[in-house]
Amino acid sequence: MEFAELIKTPRVDGVVLHRPFMPTVEGTLCLTGHHLILSSRQDNTEELWLLHSNIDYIEKRFVGSLGTIIVKCKDLRIIQLDIPGMEECLNIASSIEALSTLDSVSLMYPFFYRPMFEVVEDGWNMFLPEEITLTLLTDEWRLSSVNKDFGVCPTYPQLVAVPKAVDDDTLRKVATFRHGGRFPVLSYYHKKNGMVMMRAGQPLTGTNGRRCKEDEKLINATLRPGKRGYIIDTRAINVAQQAKARGGGFEQEASYPQWRRIHKAIERYNILQESLIKLVEACNDQSQSMDRWLSKLEASNWQTHVKEIVTTACLAAQCIDREGASVLVHGTEGTDSTLQVTSLAQIILDPCCRTMRGFQSLVEREWLQAGHPFQQRCAQSAYSNSKARLEAPVFLLFLDCVWQVLRQFPCSFQFNEHFLVLLFEHAYASQFGTFLGNNAAERLKLKLPQKTVSLWSWVNRPQEMERFLNPLYEPNNLVIWPSVAPQSLLLWEGVFLRWNRSSKCLDEAYDEMVHIIEYNKELQSKVNALRRQLAQLETGDGLLETP
Amino acid sequence: MEHIRTPKVEHVSLIDRASPRKPCVGTLYLTASHSIFVEHDAERHRETWVLHSLVCLVEKLPTTPAGCPLLLRCRNFQVFQFIIPQEKDCQDVHASLTRLSRPERYAELYCFSFNPNTDKEAREEGWSAIDLQAEYRRMGLPNHLWQLTMANRDYRVCDTYPSDLYVPKSVTTPIVVGSSKFRSRGRFPTLTYYHRDNHATICRSSQPLSGFSARCLEDEQMLQAITSSNPGSSFMYVVDTRPKLNAMANRAAGKGYENEDNYSNIRFQFLGIENIHVMRSSQQKMFEVCDLRSPTMTDFLWGLENSGWLKHIKAILDAGVFIARAVAEEGVSVLVHCSDGWDRTAQACSVASLLLDPFYRTLKGLMVLIERDWVSFGHKFSHRYGHLDGDPREVSPVMDQFLECVWQLSLQFPCAFEYNERFLLHLHEQIHSCQFGNFLGNSQKEREELRVRERTHSVWAHLWMNRADYINPLYRPDHSQTQGVLRPATAPYCFKFWRGMYCRSEQVHQRPPTVTDVLTTVREESQQLEAELSAQQEVPRGTKMAILGKMRTMSVIPKMSTVNESRLTSGSPWDKPGRFPCHRGEPESLLQGVARNKLKSSDPDLSTNSDQESGVTDLSCLSPSSGEDSVKDPDSDEAAYSTA
Repeated sequence: MEFAELIKTPRVDGVVLHRPFMPTVEGTLCLTGHHLILSSRQDNTEELWLLHSNIDYIEKRFVGSLGTIIVKCKDLRIIQLDIPGMEECLNIASSIEALSTLDSVSLMYPFFYRPMFEVVEDGWNMFLPEEITLTLLTDEWRLSSVNKDFGVCPTYPQLVAVPKAVDDDTLRKVATFRHGGRFPVLSYYHKKNGMVMMRAGQPLTGTNGRRCKEDEKLINATLRPGKRGYIIDTRAINVAQQAKARGGGFEQEASYPQWRRIHKAIERYNILQESLIKLVEACNDQSQSMDRWLSKLEASNWQTHVKEIVTTACLAAQCIDREGASVLVHGTEGTDSTLQVTSLAQIILDPCCRTMRGFQSLVEREWLQAGHPFQQRCAQSAYSNSKARLEAPVFLLFLDCVWQVLRQFPCSFQFNEHFLVLLFEHAYASQFGTFLGNNAAERLKLKLPQKTVSLWSWVNRPQEMERFLNPLYEPNNLVIWPSVAPQSLLLWEGVFLRWNRSSKCLDEAYDEMVHIIEYNKELQSKVNALRRQLAQLETGDGLLETP
Repeated sequence: MEHIRTPKVEHVSLIDRASPRKPCVGTLYLTASHSIFVEHDAERHRETWVLHSLVCLVEKLPTTPAGCPLLLRCRNFQVFQFIIPQEKDCQDVHASLTRLSRPERYAELYCFSFNPNTDKEAREEGWSAIDLQAEYRRMGLPNHLWQLTMANRDYRVCDTYPSDLYVPKSVTTPIVVGSSKFRSRGRFPTLTYYHRDNHATICRSSQPLSGFSARCLEDEQMLQAITSSNPGSSFMYVVDTRPKLNAMANRAAGKGYENEDNYSNIRFQFLGIENIHVMRSSQQKMFEVCDLRSPTMTDFLWGLENSGWLKHIKAILDAGVFIARAVAEEGVSVLVHCSDGWDRTAQACSVASLLLDPFYRTLKGLMVLIERDWVSFGHKFSHRYGHLDGDPREVSPVMDQFLECVWQLSLQFPCAFEYNERFLLHLHEQIHSCQFGNFLGNSQKEREELRVRERTHSVWAHLWMNRADYINPLYRPDHSQTQGVLRPATAPYCFKFWRGMYCRSEQVHQRPPTVTDVLTTVREESQQLEAELSAQQEVPRGTKMAILGKMRTMSVIPKMSTVNESRLTSGSPWDKPGRFPCHRGEPESLLQGVARNKLKSSDPDLSTNSDQESGVTDLSCLSPSSGEDSVKDPDSDEAAYSTA
């Protein structure tokens, strides 16, 4: 196997492992094709199993013949390995570097991982596109298979929901007018008032203001007679103007008189990546003063991005729920900020998306099927030194926004913070195939459902699920409006300070909370049993059966 | 009352700062103690009461077509904006409130007229609820090392100290008197906390009058005696909580700090907490940030940094941690002082006590701690919180900072404190409001002269009576977090902006319940269920029928959903006014507008709209109706989410 060539030293004894808030462990370090393993070979100490794909960056240091490798992980954890022997240390370091930056997707761990559990419900079949959208369909919408061979839009799934009044030929024409062939498709149907949210790529108007009658027809077909709709462009107006020079652009009022366009400024790509790098750097600086911390937190702009996304999602939700208007959301490609907005708006509007199953379905539908390029965006995390090109914490920002809403509405979500953290971890490094590839077409080619295990197969086993359920959950069928005031949006400590502060006391508080709720349920059932008994007594039937 | 120029103004609007376009109209009444706004509403007359003594600023804003705006800023950080139709009325209200909110004599304060309808006995009982002698006994004093000194009987030695004080057994009255002459305002070193486990103590004093070279034999003997009364250590720490520069500047005025060479076995340390003037202006800057209309994240974070507020909170907590560590881990006694020893010293000593002793993390314990370190040791409440019209340079948020330290700690140790955030907020309000006599004046002596025990009521009895409201549901006396010494992290990112305190809005906002609210309700429900179960078990087997009637008359058990977020838009008003004050952005105000409108226009029997038991609300009642649209402000959507 080719991994053997990359592993120069498979095993070193006497290695000391330092981890945040855990006792140091001395033991044997082993490298396998996909894992870095450290074991003290004693029963009572925990072993370290670290996926190579979770390693973002490593640093080497030498003091005499003692080498130290600092391993910086994509989940933001930093661990230290003290390795006796300079040669061993160099070998281990270069092996880790090679193994953590494998080029070929098919060499990734998910293709080798064999589950130690029985797959009861296969996650790959849980959210088939037909099922997802069929539930949304009304007589105004249909499923089109115009993209069956991914020829019309390489980043769309095979089936998409479009207005019934628009035929496939029209869709093909519209696709030529939208960035990446991403013609407007249905993202969300608001049952309450029949309004919809659509998403697309930017229109290719260019500098000479090209028009496309079919595009106008398609999106107008979603409007009720006499009603206006809103186009939310996730770019600032000047950015959208500049896009014209590169063939892109935005919908001109003249061509789309029934639509009102609103520009919001959600940042993209390297700006987000730099923001993440700065934020994590600020969080890891233990020796700073209060002024320095606040100033670095501010300079990272991370919280500004969170505020902007939540605000835009609220705007979209408000247009739909309050204005009773349909909404089209797009940025440039329609694969990043667009999805942040459409998916977060659904969390606000649709109580289903706040359930465990519904949220998984949302991730599947609005991120995986919708063609968010996970593999490109999550290739590197906050510690990478290489010049970021396609990496960006778009999905992490979305999860952060969900956490903000969850924190403001602690009873309205069926899942808890741990579940969001889990998704963050698995989007960056995983034994499961769910987040591999960049779009549906790639996933089909990689034969992921046949060759890998789905994250959902594992998460939805009752024994795993339990950890991710919110004990405070009470179904709430209403639209929830989060506050976007700066003081309402907090730093997501569960991710960014996770390795910098002990969570013991907070974990204890969580357990205490679970205990209070469970005790209450126990009492409830006792009292209910008692009441039933008394009711029987009352009717006279059970009078002689008293225990 | 002589100061009330107009007792009643009609057609006044109360502006909700979160949704300024939807004022409530009503009548404003001025009474001797309160401004009362009664909303004109067909169905309910919601009342807003503002205590005059809580008002710190009455401001007339430029007249608008709608009328004359009048702004009331309160010491508990609430802000009320009224619009009064007639200029003349506005002037009268302004003049009346300006005078009423700035009493000139103690006799004008509310506590002397406040009468909660209790008899004399209950009042006296209230005053003896917190007994400091019992507190010293609880710590194990007097004992073979420490004794009660009679030196300050009738406040002969120091008129800002209490009369009962503990000093080392070997310290005689002449030493006390001698030492007091060498300390600012006679505040000689005396015990405040005794750590039973290892005999280490926290003592407090004011700065020594050392100047550049002065010495005092009795003071040196006093410190030596404190060191010797701790058998576990051969030295003691002397902690000056001021920044070094400030302390050095004081030397020129004949004050200063201890010279290590003159005192045997002391280790001297500066802790760098800024003075009351720096703190006052820091808090002022922070309010300006909270006052911004739709600030960006940058405005907010930059303003927070620029105010320096969290930096100061960190400095105080760091000081507490230093002292607690010395006492608990090194077993070394600590003498704490600043300049006069009644602000920073009180902060540092009480934070350290809170870290050291789980008792102070109970409801009763915090009352005792405040009574001991603040009230009895002469923290100048009336000066610091501007109870009377006086020198604004004496005002400073010293106690605010202590309460905030407690709150910051409760974030790190959610199960360790018996009391919740609401308790801290109410305490803060009581310190400013003068509804009770506890915080009147600037020393124990002044309070005795004012005869507060006979003429006013005690806040502790009042708070204790309502203690169910103040219990942290996560607290358990036997929880491991509750035990022993707290060792908080004090990295900058551990400090949070205290939204509950500083972002109070004037209106009762509909906001989702916090986790604490929900858990409190669940625990109350559990208690009722327990009661029901035990009632059942008490009944002998044969007479079960007899309790049927009893069970049916028992109160309906509140379900969790009554505090669930679904209530928010189900159209029912949030019925605990003032309980969850907070600032909300625009979206909630929209929500509120809808809810309010529903109250007016729709079926009065709102409960039929939603199944509150299950928390499931029938969506049909929320489908867009003309009513809902009509209240919606056409601009507010954009105002809500598109303001950059």
